[in-house]
Formats: sequence, structure tokens, C-alpha cells
Amino acid sequence: MDASFLVAQLLTGLASASSLFITASGLTLVFGVTRIVNFAHGSLFMLGAYLAVTIVPRLLDLHYSLPMFALGALAAALIVGLIGVAIELILLRRIYRAPEIFQLLATFGVVLVVQDLVIRIWGPLDILGPRAPGVPRSVEILGQRISGYDLVLIAVGPTILGLLWLLMRRTRFGVLVRAATQDREMVGALGVDQAKLFTATLFVGSFLAGLGGALQIPFKPAQPAMDIAIISETFVVTVVGGMGSIPGAFLAAIAIGLLQAFGALIIPESTLVMAFLLMAVVLVVRPWGFLGKPDAHLGARTAIEGVKSLTPLDATGKAVVAIALVAGATLPLWSDAYGLKVAIETLCFALAAFALNLLIGVGGMVSFGHAAWFGVGAYAAGLLTVKLGLHMAPALIAAPLIAGAVAAFIGYFIVRLSGIYLAMLTLAAAQLIYALCFQWVAVTGGDNGVVGVWPAEWAAARAVYYGLTFLLCVAAIWLLRRAIHAPFGYALRGARDSHLRAEAVGIDVKGQRLAAFALAGAATGLAGGLYAFSKGSIDPTLLSIPMSIDFLAMVLIGGVQTLFGPVIGAGLLHAAKDFIMPLTDLWRTWLGLTIVALVLAFPQGVLGGLAQWRARFARSRKP
Amino acid sequence: MTGAAPILRVDRLCAAYGLAQVLFEVSFTLARGETIALTGRNGAGKTTTLKTIMGLLRASGGSVSFLDEDVTRLKPFEIARRGLGYAPEDRRIFTDLTVDENLEVGRRAARGGGAGFTPDVLFEIFPNLAEMRHRRASAMSGGEQQMLAIARTLMGNPVALLLDEPSEGLAPVIVDQMAEALLRLKAQGLSMVLSEQNAEFAAAIADRAVLLEKGAVRFVGPLGDLASADWF
Repeated sequence: MDASFLVAQLLTGLASASSLFITASGLTLVFGVTRIVNFAHGSLFMLGAYLAVTIVPRLLDLHYSLPMFALGALAAALIVGLIGVAIELILLRRIYRAPEIFQLLATFGVVLVVQDLVIRIWGPLDILGPRAPGVPRSVEILGQRISGYDLVLIAVGPTILGLLWLLMRRTRFGVLVRAATQDREMVGALGVDQAKLFTATLFVGSFLAGLGGALQIPFKPAQPAMDIAIISETFVVTVVGGMGSIPGAFLAAIAIGLLQAFGALIIPESTLVMAFLLMAVVLVVRPWGFLGKPDAHLGARTAIEGVKSLTPLDATGKAVVAIALVAGATLPLWSDAYGLKVAIETLCFALAAFALNLLIGVGGMVSFGHAAWFGVGAYAAGLLTVKLGLHMAPALIAAPLIAGAVAAFIGYFIVRLSGIYLAMLTLAAAQLIYALCFQWVAVTGGDNGVVGVWPAEWAAARAVYYGLTFLLCVAAIWLLRRAIHAPFGYALRGARDSHLRAEAVGIDVKGQRLAAFALAGAATGLAGGLYAFSKGSIDPTLLSIPMSIDFLAMVLIGGVQTLFGPVIGAGLLHAAKDFIMPLTDLWRTWLGLTIVALVLAFPQGVLGGLAQWRARFARSRKP
Repeated sequence: MTGAAPILRVDRLCAAYGLAQVLFEVSFTLARGETIALTGRNGAGKTTTLKTIMGLLRASGGSVSFLDEDVTRLKPFEIARRGLGYAPEDRRIFTDLTVDENLEVGRRAARGGGAGFTPDVLFEIFPNLAEMRHRRASAMSGGEQQMLAIARTLMGNPVALLLDEPSEGLAPVIVDQMAEALLRLKAQGLSMVLSEQNAEFAAAIADRAVLLEKGAVRFVGPLGDLASADWF
């Protein structure tokens, strides 16, 4: 490996860093001011790319020149900026004070809607944009051929940084944005209309996302899956740089660009893993990133309101549980095979969602990466069976043990954080595991996964396998419920409501949280293992972001304030998906809109809303 | 001072944090050009009263009217724009910003097209700030930050000021400078409500006292009638 080759690699790394920075700067800007982690930022990036491949060729037809290309890219970014404004006015404005889990879910609802929209307008196929006129295909530097457009990108990134610096330092808007990043309530008390400031910020942030998308069309095609890919990378940049810090994002983008460029030389399949590993390391060493600051004034931030009071089941509750258990146990007698299949999946999801609410509703730890444990359980069961030839029973015992061990190891770093940084580290951890499974093709089968994960002969019949799943899931949920009702659960809730006070009365908060993490991981791992055997295969979607979002949505639909809400949520969501998906191409739109509507209408979840309604009804009947 | 029509009228104001009520029908008025000292022990409700007037905390009962307009349900920025300035207890200076930039955040055009406050005018009142225009606020002393907090609010050209504990935690010599600055503002016709535990400081500036105890008004009247025992 000679020096000139390293220089070439360096330039490639810097070019991708530049491109990443442009998009990430918008996300960090929006987060700094609004404190919303905008999942839809990736969708805006995607829209920028699609608009650019539509607009730029038409402009180049008029006049084939570099300025026309730039004009087209800017026009696309401008339109995306306006779309961002619309999202702010319609949705974000209503959820600034909501807990972050709802904000995340609502913006993910937008992601789903935009995915359908893009396929509807532009179709499912990749669309490659035109090359930038006048930019040489390659330039020779030290005997190495470097893409000319890479050099353009290397120049554009710092230029954007400079322009943003001027905007932030030399304009009233910039000064207000920086002030609001620190203390938005005080900015309001000084007479600044936050609503307008937020709308303007969304415009700038979305513009940058759109520009990032538009500028990459000469070398990467516009395609429907690019939103999720870019959002996880920009999350990494934003978090590593320090959320809200634009210079931090620049440094982080360079660090990641170089790490990926040189990391790929050593282990070619490691690019994704590298980025998330960096993020995990940074969050552990410097939880607020390179240039970030611990949150000082968050304004009137609402913490998540979890499970408040634990009451033993009343007569109605006992009756409902008994009926559900009897119905569940006798299901094979009165349901067809398809019903059993749906029921098995629902049970697995219900266990995973119940475990997630142990973290969120009881522990106050909003995990964005719960699919990781589901996937680890599934992969453990699947790989042990297919690659090592283990039988189902030992594999099903190993699944929760391995998932619990991995969760305990990663949880050790996670439980030291709180709030949005904890959420981001869970996401990073999940993406790290996802990247491992996706890129380590030799072992995991990569994108295709592994097939042939079949149950043992005695459990091969669907009814028997259903019975096994029913037994294990109900037992696991019952055990988790016992743990929540034990002093362990009380300690977790105490730590959730006041970390300091809990420590002051002698609770080992980190230890209890770690135990909760491992327990939830193990339970979810069991669910994943059962799921793998029911499907007969494993693949990376089991531990992808959409899967994590599904679990969060189940908890949200059921309500974080109730223990059994997430179980109901799992049933409702899975049944709805199962019912709607075959009926329409637009199921993502419907799911997205449903999530958004739920967040706006029932911030307590469906069961929580019902409980509130019951309480109101009871009060109105009193004399 | 009783002859002038009040510009701020707080009427049976109630407020609560969650289920815990902390203000119980607090009432008082502020006349144009008048300065009121809002006194009472820690936890008596001084800060809460000012926050509720400013709209930072939702009133659970009662009303606030400012310049003959009901502002009880308005957002903080709307109240600020009507001419009520607020400098909070913990100053809440934007520490990442310079002195000049902090002042810029507070800037609003003067009412009635007058000249209004400019940084240069404010630097005359708070001479310490003039030497550090480009310094980051995080590198300022507590007294300088307090002066910046008041100067920042004045950039909005308010008709009346709510000052929460302007003398708290300041060195005696700085307290004197602060008193001098506030007296100058008073002489210019600015009305002020200052929450204060420093009796001497309050006596130097305020015309009347409103004593709060456990979230309710216990006494309204001349400062001289307040026994020193009532202060702490």
C-alpha cells in the first residue's frame, strides 16, 4: 500500500464526509432548536434526490452547464425546505411538548407515508441522475484516479459549513437559533415567537437534507430505501458530533468518512459496523458527543409518564384475563391454520412489547432499538440450529440466555445515560448488531439470512407449536409481571421518577436498570427464538429500525401507563397489518397516518385512554 | 402613587405545580412609575407569582391584566411584546452567546416609535458590560451576568419590568451598583416588580411592599411598616 493510494482513499473519505455533513447539519440544527429527533429527515433527503433527478435533467436540456445543474439541485432543496415547513405546521408544532417516544413515532409515521408517496410518484426502480456538466469523470492525483465529482463534494462541504457559520453568527435568525438551542423558553419570554422560529429552522434544516439528497444524484441513484440508510448515518454523525452542534457534526462526519474509507481497506465488510461502533464508543466516553453539551434548560419538557400505580387485578380484570387465557389455550380447537400462524406471531410480539414496556413504562428508559434483542434471540436460535445442528429445545433455551447476555453487556453502557442520549445509544447498539448481521455474510447469510430453521419433529404440527409458544409466552409475561410487582419493580419506578432520590434511599439505580435491561433482553430473545422457528428463517429485518418502531408502536397503541396495554397493542397492530397489507398497496401510508393520529389523539395509548374515560365516567356518576 | 391608574393588575391569581397548589388568590396592582418589592421567605411563592404573570406557568385561577388588557391566557412572547419585561431568578443568560448577541435576542422596536434602548445607552447604565461586548457570557461573573440579564430585557423596551431576585448572590459592591442602575431606570419612568429578600436593597428602590407567605398575600403597604422579622 503506497502513499498515493492512501491519499486517494483519504480524498474518497473526505468526499463522503462532506456529503454526509450537509444532511447531518440540517438534522442537528433542527434538533438543537426544537429538541425533536426528526426521523423524517431521511425522507426529506430522499425527496431531495428524487426531485433532483426530475428537475435537473430538464434544466440541463435547456442549457447543459454546471450552473444549471447547481440551480436544479438548489430548486430541489428549496422544495424540500417547503415540505419541511408543511411538516412543521401540520405535525411537529403539536408535539413539541410530548415525550420523545411520541415525537419519534410521529415523525416515523411521516417516513412511512413518504415511502409510499415516493413509490407512487416515481415507481420502485432506481433512478440515476445526470452527471454534473463540466466536472471531469476522473482526475489524476499522484498517479491515482480520483473522481472529479468527489473533489467538488470536498469543496462543497466546507463551503456549506462556512455559510452556516455566517448564518449563525451574522444574522438575527442565527443568534435566535443559537439562543433557542440553549434555552428556548427564555427566548420566548424575551418576546420571540417560537412558532415562527421553529418553522424557519425546519425550513433551513429540510433545505439542507434536500440539498444533501440532490447533490448525490451523479453517483448514487434515487431509490425508495435510501431514507432509512441515510437517517441512521446522520443520526450517528449528529450524536457523535454533539446534538445541536453544527461544527461538531462536521468533525464527526470527517471522522466517520475517514474511518469508513480506511476501515474498508482492512475489513471490507465493516463500513456500517465502524460507524456505529464509533458512535457507541463516543457515547460511552463522551455521552454528549464531541462538541455537545449536557441539556441545561429543556424548557417545559414532559418526561414519559409510565406505569403509575400497580393495583392487583380487580374482578373484571381477572375475568378478562381468564377469558383470554381460556380462549388462547383452546384456540387450536376452533381456529384454522392461518389463525394459528397469526396467533403465534402475535404472542411473540406481545412478549417483546411487554418486555419493552418494562424498560419504558416501568424503568423510564426509552429504548429505540428493542428489535436488537428480538433479532439476537432469533439469530441465536436460527444459527445454532442450522449451523451447529442443535435441536430446537436447547436452541430455545440458548436464545433468551444469549440475548440476555448481549443485552446485559450493552446495557452496562446504556444505563449510565438518560433521556435522548440513552435512546440514541440503544438505536446505535441495535444498528451495530443489524450491521453485523447484514455484512457478516459468511455466518449470517447477510441480506438473505438463513433458511431451514424448523421446529423439532414433536413440535412440527402447527397446533403443537402454537401450544408451546402460548405456554412459554404466557409464562414469561407472568414472570415479568411478578418482577414488576416485586421490590425490583418498585425500585425501577422510583429510579424512573427521581434518579437522585432513589439513590439517596439506597437503591443501586444502575444495577437495577441493568438487571431490567438484561431481563427485558432475555424475554425478547425468547420471543425472537420462538418467532424464528415459526417462520423457518431469519433475516436482518428482524432487527431493523422498522421492527423497533413496530414494538414502540405496540407500546404506544396499548399505552405506556398500563402493564397489559402493550400486549393488546401487539395484537391490534399485528392484526391490523395482517388485515390491511393484502388489501392495499398503501398500507405504509395507513400505518403511518394511524400512528400520527394516535400520537395526536391518544397520548396515553388506547388502554390508557380507555382507563381515563372509565375514570371520568365513574366520577360523573357520583352524586 | 395610588392616584395613577394601575398598569399591571394581578387579581386573585392561583397557580399549581401538578396537583400541588402554590399560589392562593394573589392580588396586587402596580401603578405607572411605581416599584413594588415582592417579599417573603424562600418558597413563599415570589418566583411562581412572577412566572405566572409572565405566562411561563399556567394560571389555574384568577387573572392578570396589563395596560388594560387581559393577558392571563397569552403566551410568554405575546406578553413580552405588550411591554412586560422579565429577568428570571437564575438569570438564564445565553452563555454560548456574546454580550452583544444576548442583547440582540432581547431587541424589540420601541413602542410609539421613540428612540428606545440601544446597547450604547445600556452600557451607560451598566458600565461593566461595555468592556466585554464580545465576550462570551459564560466567561462573566455572576454580577455581570445579572446586569446582562436586566439589560437584555430592557432591549425589548418594556413598560414594566419583573425582576426576580436581582441582588441574589452578588457581592455588596455589585449590589450597590445594581441599586444605582435600577434607581436610574425608575427615574426614567419604568415600573418594576422586584422579588427581593434583601430588605436594605428593596427599601432603597421600592415604593411599596407586597409580603407573600405560603403562596398568599399577607401584607401590602409601605416598606417601613414591615417588621424586619417578616422578611426571613
